Amino acid sequence: MSTKRPQLHEKHLQSGADFTDFGGWDMPVSFDSIQTEHAAVRDSVGIFDVSHMGEVTVSGPEAAELMNRLTTNDVTALDPGDAQYACILAEDGTIIDDTVVYFQPDGEEYLFIPNAGNDEAMVDHWTDHAAAHNLDATVVNRTQDFGMFAVQGPDAVESVQAAAADSLEDVSRFSTRETRIDGADCLAARTGYTGEDGFELIFDADDSEKIWDAFDDVQPCGLGARDTLRLEAGLLLSGQDFHPEDEPRTPYEARLGFVVDSSKPFFVGQEALRDADNPDELLVGLELQERGVPRHGYPILHDGEQVGHVTSGTMSPTLEVPIALGYVDAAYVDEGTSLGVEVRNRTVAATVVSHRFLQEHRE
Amino acid sequence: MEFDVPDEPYYTESHEWIELIEDTVRIGITDFAQDELGDIVFVELPAAGTDFDAGDDFAVIESIKAVSDVYAPVAGVVADINEAVESEPELVNEDPYGDGWLIELELDGDLDTESFLSASEYREQIE
Repeated sequence: MSTKRPQLHEKHLQSGADFTDFGGWDMPVSFDSIQTEHAAVRDSVGIFDVSHMGEVTVSGPEAAELMNRLTTNDVTALDPGDAQYACILAEDGTIIDDTVVYFQPDGEEYLFIPNAGNDEAMVDHWTDHAAAHNLDATVVNRTQDFGMFAVQGPDAVESVQAAAADSLEDVSRFSTRETRIDGADCLAARTGYTGEDGFELIFDADDSEKIWDAFDDVQPCGLGARDTLRLEAGLLLSGQDFHPEDEPRTPYEARLGFVVDSSKPFFVGQEALRDADNPDELLVGLELQERGVPRHGYPILHDGEQVGHVTSGTMSPTLEVPIALGYVDAAYVDEGTSLGVEVRNRTVAATVVSHRFLQEHRE
Repeated sequence: MEFDVPDEPYYTESHEWIELIEDTVRIGITDFAQDELGDIVFVELPAAGTDFDAGDDFAVIESIKAVSDVYAPVAGVVADINEAVESEPELVNEDPYGDGWLIELELDGDLDTESFLSASEYREQIE
């Protein structure tokens, strides 16, 4: 499989960014330093090129039916222009991917955002399911056609407003509006993956440079800061905090039960989830009591016995302590429980905390 | 990008620098190495008195994106460690040849300077 590149690959390279492979895409991991970029988003505003995210459109008379059968949330609850977070499940109830589903402002089409590298598999999943159940819907992979930037931070709304032709301040959270930036059409969605306010902009990939340049006074940020920001906010990373083969987890284990609408008539995985809302293992947040960096795969211990493992961890730039997400035996998930993380043959004391680290920190 | 490579110390291919101070050598990582690692958030140093053979890993440096071992360029006994970088790991990013030094080793014998890279050789390596 050849590596894909965002439209602005050369531009980012010229600006001195370091790159990394992510989901088959060669993407900027940092432009300055992760901490500088992280701080910009927490304190003011930063812009991310997230054109590696998938974009799939679903239209036709039975588009809503198809979307509702393949995602866990209820798409019929969406008004035109609204968006919702959802999981996409396998028959056994484990998460294949998570996504945001947008009901386009024209009320004619759904757009959903699979994670990087999952777009083709999701298009196949949608197309196969439509064919198997005779659903009249058109599924189109637009990943290569669309660019996507995220402008995030407490000053992000002001920043996007200054660049956009239309009023955006009154766009509510998980809602969208069509606008123009420097003459280029874009969909501005009040969504994000940082724990901050802001917009995600989706546009014709050929307009990438025009739109990026409209934010030339905003700190460019790479995937490194995106990872530390989302982790502090307790937002899961597809492929790492859950994965169809390496980390198969139900939405309940991953504490994503709030996006499962079990009252829907049917969705793939529903049957398997019927008695699964009291799982044996659960996602927890951990705060380490000593320095050390918990990383993916490190064992989580209770009295020397392994009771779980870390799926994501970092030294939190905002909290200034090491934090981790991981799955732990349900007997040890109460906040305040003392556990340990094995960091290279050494046990570092850790405490179970809310996985919404940032929210707790700010309260 | 231009990296700082002062003339005085000796260098290793694995991006450590070594500076002879009387009978001991002071060791750290280079400007290039700290930049490759990115924001350093944790430095684990050995206890004073620990013995190392040349090539042993004697310290662990963790940045947000990676964990990296640091190798002893020479054999010796740890005479001193820079405790400041344990509490302020960012010193290694900010001043890798100065306040961000890591340890001092008391040498077993003489320092075989031939086995290291000179500043100009190291500059060539990282070009």
